[in-house]
Amino acid sequence: MTIQADASEATSHATIPGTFPILETGRQQVLEDGIGLTQEQLEEVLRLPDEALPAALQLAHEVRLKHCGEDVEVEGIISIKTGGCPEDCHFCSQSGLFDSPVRGVWLDIPELVKAAKETAATGATEFCIVAAVRGPDIKLMNQIKFAIDRINEEVDINIACSLGMLTQRQVDQLAEWGVHRYNHNLETARSYFPEVVTTHSYEERLETCNMVKAAGMELCCGALIGMGETLEQRAELAAQLAALEPHEVPLNFLNPRPGTPLENQGIMDGKDALRAIAAFRLAMPRTVLRYAGGRELTLGDLGTRNGLLGGINAVIVGNYLTTLGRPATADLNLLVELNMPIKELQKTL
Amino acid sequence: MTGVSVSTGSTSGAGFCGHCGEPYDGGDGPPSYAHRECSERLAMEPPRYCAACRRRMKVQVTPLGWSAECSRHGVLVP
Repeated sequence: MTIQADASEATSHATIPGTFPILETGRQQVLEDGIGLTQEQLEEVLRLPDEALPAALQLAHEVRLKHCGEDVEVEGIISIKTGGCPEDCHFCSQSGLFDSPVRGVWLDIPELVKAAKETAATGATEFCIVAAVRGPDIKLMNQIKFAIDRINEEVDINIACSLGMLTQRQVDQLAEWGVHRYNHNLETARSYFPEVVTTHSYEERLETCNMVKAAGMELCCGALIGMGETLEQRAELAAQLAALEPHEVPLNFLNPRPGTPLENQGIMDGKDALRAIAAFRLAMPRTVLRYAGGRELTLGDLGTRNGLLGGINAVIVGNYLTTLGRPATADLNLLVELNMPIKELQKTL
Repeated sequence: MTGVSVSTGSTSGAGFCGHCGEPYDGGDGPPSYAHRECSERLAMEPPRYCAACRRRMKVQVTPLGWSAECSRHGVLVP
């Protein structure tokens, strides 16, 4: 495993006074007034020199504490249908259009319920069921309904879903079935999206996101950075996400997967990743900002800690959909060490 | 279906690399340079290829575990 060790250098959070105007602006505008930075301002944050990184993370951490509180939301994610997706998202090993080693497979419901129980036992309050599809068909929707009912019978946990693009009827069904939160990522900036996905449009993604919000479900809408986008496009993405006002933003860092068009893309620099964490927090002071895939490669253990002290207030515990994460105990122990309580279920309702 | 007691985090002693599916050419000695990186990657992802026959396996990843099933050689677990 490649660890970007230089991310660990940003351990000191001592404020560097007066030398970085964008941070002075951020302190007043975001921390005091609760107004996220604009796209142009975010570009400044993303261009901050290394010596300003500790101060940027410190400010982002203060913003998180003031506007979100000290709790950390823990979630587990699981794939009910893996692989064989008809879409061509260039980062994804589950596309059936690429020569990926990931085989198509369905998870049976008893295994899903077992995983939900195990996830809840970690203290997690969210359990997200994910399917690699363009959008759900009747068979998948029936499976999801059955799964939700079985989980609700046996496990005290909020259920989220990520099933691709939805119709209005499907949105209404999921809301009626008690789905707490729906994930549908923008992934990248509108201006870069056609370089990453050609089988559907940015506007189609936005359409699902807006329907989810209108139906009263919490919107989880994330980013995947390190795909070759420019810093300007990274700022553009943060601003576009902020405009959507999602409840949660999972922040992924590219883990180049074999067989995908991005398999040779280098792993993102750890300090750039930390700058992005700070920038996303300063763009969205009240949003749940969750560590998602790729942090193990991009940030390593010390970088992970720095992000939690730099604006992150949620984690995916354990494994991802096709790759493995840090052991759940490692993250949970880190939260204890940092005196960050896990958000309790009643606080999420 | 029988379980297989192969250590999936290592390519040592197996016929094929669980990560890339290419033949393992290290014999009983240390892994070749090419598969050293595969071994590192297998610390962070489950094997996709059966070490015995190179078939692509059906892999299920859950928050706290994973399993990989070869249609010929059975189920691997960590």
